Amino acid sequence: MKNLGDLLIDKNPFDEILMGNQAIVRAMIETNTKVVASYPGSPTPEIATAIQSIPFEKRPFYFEFSVNEKVATELAFGAAINGNLSCAFFKSVGLNVALDTFVQLGLMNIIGGMVIVLGDDPGANSSQNEQDNRNIYKMSRVTVLEPASPKEIYEYYKHAAAFAVKEQTIVVVRLTTHVCHARQKISFKKLKATKPCQTNFNQKNGPYIALTTMALDMKRESIKKLHQAGQYMKDAGLNRELNSDTSQKKGVITSGLTYLSVLDVLENSHYRPDILKLGAVNPLEKGCIISFLKAHDEILILEELDDILEIQIKSMAYDSRLATKIIGKTDDEDYVGEYTPDKVMDKMNLVWPDMIIDRRKTFVLPVEVPDRPAQMCPGCGHRSAFFAIKKVLEDEDVTVADIGCHTLGYMPPYNIGEILMCMGASTGMASGLSLFNDKKRVVAFLGDSTFFHAGLPGLINTIFNNHNITLIIMENGTTAMTGHQDHAGSKIPIESLLKGLGIENILSCDTYNQSKLSDMVKTSLQIKGISVVIAKHPCMLKFTRLQQKKPDFVQKHITINQETCTKTHECVERFGCPTFIRNSDESVDINLDLCIGDGSCRPSCPEQAIDFEKGVK
Amino acid sequence: MKAFNIHITGVGGQGIGLLSQALLRGIDHAGIKVIAVDTHGLAQRGGAVVSQIRCGDNIHSPLIMKNYADLVLGMEIHEAMRGLGTALRKGGTLVFLDVSWQPLPVRLGLKSALTSTDIQNACEAFGTTAIKVDTRSMEDTRMQNMALLGTIAKHGIIPGVSNKNYITALEDLLTGEMLSKNTAIFDAYAI
Repeated sequence: MKNLGDLLIDKNPFDEILMGNQAIVRAMIETNTKVVASYPGSPTPEIATAIQSIPFEKRPFYFEFSVNEKVATELAFGAAINGNLSCAFFKSVGLNVALDTFVQLGLMNIIGGMVIVLGDDPGANSSQNEQDNRNIYKMSRVTVLEPASPKEIYEYYKHAAAFAVKEQTIVVVRLTTHVCHARQKISFKKLKATKPCQTNFNQKNGPYIALTTMALDMKRESIKKLHQAGQYMKDAGLNRELNSDTSQKKGVITSGLTYLSVLDVLENSHYRPDILKLGAVNPLEKGCIISFLKAHDEILILEELDDILEIQIKSMAYDSRLATKIIGKTDDEDYVGEYTPDKVMDKMNLVWPDMIIDRRKTFVLPVEVPDRPAQMCPGCGHRSAFFAIKKVLEDEDVTVADIGCHTLGYMPPYNIGEILMCMGASTGMASGLSLFNDKKRVVAFLGDSTFFHAGLPGLINTIFNNHNITLIIMENGTTAMTGHQDHAGSKIPIESLLKGLGIENILSCDTYNQSKLSDMVKTSLQIKGISVVIAKHPCMLKFTRLQQKKPDFVQKHITINQETCTKTHECVERFGCPTFIRNSDESVDINLDLCIGDGSCRPSCPEQAIDFEKGVK
Repeated sequence: MKAFNIHITGVGGQGIGLLSQALLRGIDHAGIKVIAVDTHGLAQRGGAVVSQIRCGDNIHSPLIMKNYADLVLGMEIHEAMRGLGTALRKGGTLVFLDVSWQPLPVRLGLKSALTSTDIQNACEAFGTTAIKVDTRSMEDTRMQNMALLGTIAKHGIIPGVSNKNYITALEDLLTGEMLSKNTAIFDAYAI
């Protein structure tokens, strides 16, 4: 296989196994998408990795990590009303951040066309909830396509782009985690001639100001565009029927990855229902749904998360006075988690027990397997910070976390960060907790990428309204949790920004200097009003990976002197680096596969039994 | 070809990605239809990681049903045991590395660590084949994934896929010294 970047810009057609998040980049190039913006978040960051695999000088479009999802959406919109096909992509909850702008987009005449690629996360694999963003699309009046596989991601993006350009509007391509991350062989088409970038903004293409009565006229136009979308999706064949050869008159309506689950379940069945697979999930194509309802006595709607299709389809049946039995969600659990083949098997078995053959046999293990929660990496500066901070916190102090690697501090052995909401929420929540509160000191945490993303308004509010909190900024120099994307802190030093905001009490140190950090936090906790401690250390995962690529790299380790070790277990139980091995005789060893020799664990040992390997510093 | 399901499990940072891609491509080079998915949520942070591969005819979703895997590959003992419990079908095969990365509850002294003997006992009770792969003599443990790949090739566990198919897959994914080092380990375990 050629390197991914060369492959994605190959002028000729080719067949290749790619991940959904990679295949979509080829679709961007084939459709002459000119501007792409994002804020990193699972399940979509590999789209950015694929884009960045194309060298900057060969990249056929402009790409940036914007400071947050709202700005990414605004940037893509700005470029699109200049006449360029544009795209913004981000994770499910990113839409909440972008929403103020997003809801306006359906009203606008976007002359270049715009596609938003959204990675929903049913099952909350890497998000704070599993919100079903299909709830938003009706309010925003946008067309939404939902692919089921990497191959469909590639095809549907092209449909989305074509419609967006034709109707000068916005289309959403809604992905879900295991569609983004699936891999399969796809036949990619050849590249057509590229189109030049545009700077054609003209207010006559608008209106672009949705005020007073104008807003209502713009809404009328957006409704018309949605009618056009229904027709386009019908002509493009995005909603398709798979007819079985039985006369059972049973049908399934489904979409996305759930569709593939249904097909898997039906591999073991006495007979098969007909299937209507919806590729366009907003607006729904009424014609094909009504005719499918008419042709069947019983319809089972299988949709992940909320009952969006179900409510609309039942309403269509009511209006058409159809007596078809429609079965949707029947249990609270039907609203929870991914519609995996297992979940669909259970549901279909319940509804049509004569149809399904369930061959699953579970196996009960004779021993318990301990959980393996995610945790901070070996050498992580956050670990040193939490270890140092815990020493100066009182039991009744309240710690408020934010989104990022430092969120993992809530787990044992640190238990720091008792509340978590969403990006940038820590300072606002901490300020509220500090009201009427003289006894419990309130400490908020914030990562550096999050600081720029959504942390600033909360912090400014704390200053403006004189709230009494200590803010600890966990600065590791990157957007670490999502794979080390760059952020604004590489150009705008946080400390100078804090000074510019007029904060008087700012302390800063490297987290490996644990005693100094403890003292700084102790000092800050005594200050009334806002005080900030910047707890710095570069992300060691990023650093180690860079080191390992160097030709003369030698892996360093630490050692434990078994003679001086008194088995207090401060290292393995309180410092908690995953490198430590707890032996059955309660002695402690080092996992050489994990240890990076950073030595940040050394201060944790009261007997000084931990040291660098001899001869290596 | 009848559907064949592979459940690969390990800990973030163990090189599960390369193993999964090599298998995926090896199967494709053998002319067999194949799909895969990685579930890596917070994988980079030392959590459990799973990669699933499905091949053969009549496969649709990349996600495998519970206890429907014909082959479970465990890159770490605790994760191999978890995979055995949640993924392997009766009569399937477990191939695992004799490597332990202790999970947090073990390090905190709250739970007992598992050993390869625990796995072999469980496999015996379940009536399934367990193949333990010993990599203690290996100089660079980052290439343990190649020992697993070689063992799969040696036992011809995935129907229709030859050693050459796996090598071609590695040639797709690696170059230069990395390729030669990895194929050397593959060869050592494949013979």
